[in-house]
Amino acid sequence: MAPSSALERAGRVAPPLAAVLAVIALGGVVGSLARYGLAEAFPHSAGSFPGATFGTNVLGCFLIGVLLARLTPLSHPLLRPFLGTGILGGFTTFSTFAVDTDRLLPDHVVVALLYFFGTVLTALVATLLGELTAKGVRR
Amino acid sequence: MNLLLIAAGAAVGAPLRYLTDKHLVHRLLVGTTTGTPFPWGTLTVNVLGSFLLGLMTGTTNHPMTLLLGVGFCGAFTTYSTFAAETTALATTGHPTKAALNVVLNLAAGLSAAILGATIS
Repeated sequence: MAPSSALERAGRVAPPLAAVLAVIALGGVVGSLARYGLAEAFPHSAGSFPGATFGTNVLGCFLIGVLLARLTPLSHPLLRPFLGTGILGGFTTFSTFAVDTDRLLPDHVVVALLYFFGTVLTALVATLLGELTAKGVRR
Repeated sequence: MNLLLIAAGAAVGAPLRYLTDKHLVHRLLVGTTTGTPFPWGTLTVNVLGSFLLGLMTGTTNHPMTLLLGVGFCGAFTTYSTFAAETTALATTGHPTKAALNVVLNLAAGLSAAILGATIS
């Protein structure tokens, strides 16, 4: 029977679940420590715009756009779990985004709304920009 | 020590996000969706993680904050996958699903954080 997909032609088989989980854990640690490092380097006072988390999330979204545009069926099967699910998943965070917004809401409602909607808009544009950049570079 | 606590939390949070998405939520949805699947898995981890971090509001235990807050909740939830799944829906002819994904993540995620902080 002829190989039906690029994956099979490349002789790739799905990696074992334990290997996938291991590279995700490793990547998650690397990404989370990088996020913590940025948060420590750029602390924000109560009531001010959470710039470090904003920058982290936007940068992580740009990079996942680049990654997804560059991955092909021939890419190593552990590359996406390690870089995407692991590093970028651990680097970016939704929980801090939600909790920081909640903390700003009572007394700094304008900053809270600017942060809340500003993050999602900028992150989505950054993701698309990452994809376009990666595709542009490839051509 | 700080870094070890964060690393330990992230080493559990990130793989648990993958398992929740691929092996729990997807399995629950088998046979219930037709056509383009909606990213329920990422929504689930983002809402659960936001609730847990909200619960930790007021926690003064610094090691616990690093392990569970920065490490676990930070790695369990994700902004990059949420954004990538949204733009993928939007650019493949599913703008309504993309908009719904944004509205659900923002509304349910923030509500979960507020709920957690309120009952903490």
